[in-house]
Amino acid sequence: MSFIPKPKVAHPSLPKNELGLTRRDYEGVMSTLCAGCGHDSVTAAIIEAVWGLSIRPEQVVKLSGIGCSSKTTAYFVSGGHGFNSVHGRMPSIATGAIAANKDLYYIGVSGDGDTLSIGFGQFAHAIRRNINMLYIIENNGVYGLTKGQFSASADIGSKTKRGEENLQPPIDPVVAGLTLGAGFVARSFSGDKQQLVPLIQAGLKYKGFALIDVLSPCVTFNDHEGSTKSYRFVREHYDEVVHADFVPPAQEITIQYSPGEAIPVTMHDGSRIVLRKLDERYDPTRRGKAYNYLRDRLAKGEYVTGLIYIDEKGRDFHEVNGTTDTPINQLPYEVLTPGAAALEQIMSRYR
Amino acid sequence: MLQPADSQERVNDFVIKLANVNGTGSASANTLLVKSIFRMGVPVMGKNYFPSNIQGLPTWYEIRVSRDGYVARSGRVDIMVAMNAETYAKDLKEVSPGGYLIYDSTWPRPALLKRDDITIFGMPFARMCNETFQGVRARILLKNIMYAGALAALLDIDLDIMRTMLGETYGRKRDLLDSNVRALEMGYAYAKEHFACPLPLRIAPMNKTADYIMIDGNTAAALGCLYAGATVGVWYPITPSTSLMDAFKALCQKWRVDPATGKRNYVIIQAEDELAALGAVLGASWNGARAFTPTSGPGISLMNELIGLAYYAEIPAVIFDVQRVGPSTGMPTRTQQCDILLAAYASHGDTRHVLLFPNSPEECFYLSVQAFDLAERLQTPVFVMSDLDIGMNDWMCPVLKWDDSYRPDRGKVLSKEEIERLDKFYRFLDKDGDGIPYRTLPGVHPKGAYFTRGSGHSQFGTYTEDSTEYQIVLDRLKRKFDTAKKLVPSAVFEGRNEHDLGIVSIGSCDGAVREALDLLKRRGIRADYMRVRAFPFGEEVEEFLAAHSLVFVVEQNRDAQLRSLLTLETSVDKAKLRSILHYSGLPIPSSVVVDGVLAGLGEPVERFADVSAGRA
Repeated sequence: MSFIPKPKVAHPSLPKNELGLTRRDYEGVMSTLCAGCGHDSVTAAIIEAVWGLSIRPEQVVKLSGIGCSSKTTAYFVSGGHGFNSVHGRMPSIATGAIAANKDLYYIGVSGDGDTLSIGFGQFAHAIRRNINMLYIIENNGVYGLTKGQFSASADIGSKTKRGEENLQPPIDPVVAGLTLGAGFVARSFSGDKQQLVPLIQAGLKYKGFALIDVLSPCVTFNDHEGSTKSYRFVREHYDEVVHADFVPPAQEITIQYSPGEAIPVTMHDGSRIVLRKLDERYDPTRRGKAYNYLRDRLAKGEYVTGLIYIDEKGRDFHEVNGTTDTPINQLPYEVLTPGAAALEQIMSRYR
Repeated sequence: MLQPADSQERVNDFVIKLANVNGTGSASANTLLVKSIFRMGVPVMGKNYFPSNIQGLPTWYEIRVSRDGYVARSGRVDIMVAMNAETYAKDLKEVSPGGYLIYDSTWPRPALLKRDDITIFGMPFARMCNETFQGVRARILLKNIMYAGALAALLDIDLDIMRTMLGETYGRKRDLLDSNVRALEMGYAYAKEHFACPLPLRIAPMNKTADYIMIDGNTAAALGCLYAGATVGVWYPITPSTSLMDAFKALCQKWRVDPATGKRNYVIIQAEDELAALGAVLGASWNGARAFTPTSGPGISLMNELIGLAYYAEIPAVIFDVQRVGPSTGMPTRTQQCDILLAAYASHGDTRHVLLFPNSPEECFYLSVQAFDLAERLQTPVFVMSDLDIGMNDWMCPVLKWDDSYRPDRGKVLSKEEIERLDKFYRFLDKDGDGIPYRTLPGVHPKGAYFTRGSGHSQFGTYTEDSTEYQIVLDRLKRKFDTAKKLVPSAVFEGRNEHDLGIVSIGSCDGAVREALDLLKRRGIRADYMRVRAFPFGEEVEEFLAAHSLVFVVEQNRDAQLRSLLTLETSVDKAKLRSILHYSGLPIPSSVVVDGVLAGLGEPVERFADVSAGRA
């Protein structure tokens, strides 16, 4: 993650968003990941999504733990604060940051090691608290920085580069998210920008914990024959079940959908997600059914992708807490101190 | 009528110890006694020695009445109220010669008559309760109020004050109030009728508590957090720190709810563990809120990695360590000062942290406020090193006062306008030469954005693996710690360069040392005294150590952690530092300090009875 300044040259013909900013304004420092790394595609999708939503860069807060995935928060939206914390503890850092200022967009980027092993407890409790953030797992089934050990998401029978076979069952983050009560659960593939960008946009606008598990192959340690997280395997075994299109507030739905297949879901700020079912039997608003469907397909070695489950009526952390409307880091001291007279009153209890 | 064994008058100067079974409601009777004495204007101390258990194990409460205002244990027990059959034998042994023992004579206890150097009073508390009150629970609870009534007669405590206090407690619960008052009066009447009341040890009204309160350190610290403007509190429940967050929560519910909307101007999070608790504190502080976490030793152990992150990434945090007995789970409900070194150097790599050491609930309040100012000024974690004795016992302290002109020191945080004026913002640059860089908050200005990381970084905020760039930041952090020396509260002195002999102590040892200084003076031994209040140590600490040829360091742990820190962080000759250590888990009595100094000077030692401290 060395710091390589990128030349900031923007061609005048580059398209601009509502703020007059180009995609270049949402970039970060140069990626130092391996050429062809799936994570870089996710980074590009995040840039596209945030640019497309016309979010001011400083409104974006980027949080991560440790690992290849966690490095990527430096590679997008340089105009927003970033926090590359310690291994597996990003959810708690995010919890505190969100507690202090509820009005920013929080993007957490984690990996399968960071989330499903060392940070599994914090991941579960962030879901339980329903903190308002987008939580992306860049899932490649392998520890890259320590050179290729299996992670907790590695499938039984999947092989390392040297041919060692994984014998332990995986923890699937989508199944875990559904079980733990997450209100927005999606899976995507780093190689499918068409699917990923609107999912990221929907996740950013969702009020509560939005989980996107992105299958993001590791070209160096897990892209070989026998791996179930290689580009080839994922391409051959992934199936989009519900496609989500994101529609900003006050914009008409212009895409034509066949009657009965499109389900519009309205978010808190008036924007909508239009869900298009690609498997007619599937219902992304029924948690139990989504869970069963997913388990059945996983058992067949298939990755179900798309917006797997959504419940837009859940109450986020601040709603449950009853926090005041002003972000609490902006409350003036005068509002916070009871003052000397009150202390005198308090003291009478202790006489 | 039984005659007291010792007729020497000891007005307002004695120790009562109450031996009970936990979960039987003795706390309310004991508080009633302490508060009544306090309201009679007599200085008093109450300490609770309780088990890590909900019901059924032995618990003791010690009340020291001290007309001279000494706040520590003395090492004596003059009156024992032995209500726990399981500990009768031990409790009997502990009474100082000439003292008294009161026991429940419903069941005969011939073994209690084994001592002839004390006076023993039997009172049929259980029988009287069973004959008067209905219900098993009420009978158990009211036995306690009954002994409080008996003590009122024996010690001449104002019964009206006790009735008033019961009224304050039970208010409109008429039935409860009536039965409590009845039990109180029955105990009083029985003692009056059967014993020579009052005893030579008795209470006489004084006027020495007018500007004082009885408060525990955790409540006082919570008040400090409230007045400091803390908005985010995160914790994982752990004895003995839990009551700090309980108090903060109660205060917020009263003082931090927006009257117009009913919404909360605070966030309290019960975390899944101490790691998450500190993680959330760092996230909130990084994002511009004043945030804190209360914990104890085991929590600090867990937090280590994140403490290092906060140190290196320069994030403010206030951590309350209400110390308890270690190592490991240790004795969770007993007190020690055993986390000094752990906190000073917490986390891997070169790290050093700012520690504050309150000596009382009063300082818990004022130093808590200062902890937030220091944490934000220095952009680093600040530990408030309290302990169970301070945190959970009611101490007599001067009334807490507030100055409405106080405004929080938020440190070097750039405003939107200041960022606008910059060409470029560099997070870790030492612009002012004090080692403290400027920081920005998320959401304010895109030019202020930077990347926070626990990995190697340059002064410009970029990732680095370059030796020089790395060292520039590491050396600046050291300079920042030097700046901290000038900002932390200075040591407190009792005599500076008057004697060759010096005594150094810390935190809750203060009361014991101050009393010991008086006791030693009566034997012709005079010493200067310094109470350290912060780490890093200021110049004044260095000077005091240099000015004395022999220095006793008094602290409550086995390994002389304060002494170690002094030898590591000052230029003192370690040979002249002698330790006086107390680590039984009970608060240090003044007798331990006196004995320690006498022994260290080769003087004859007059040992006080101190069975409870593990000394015969």
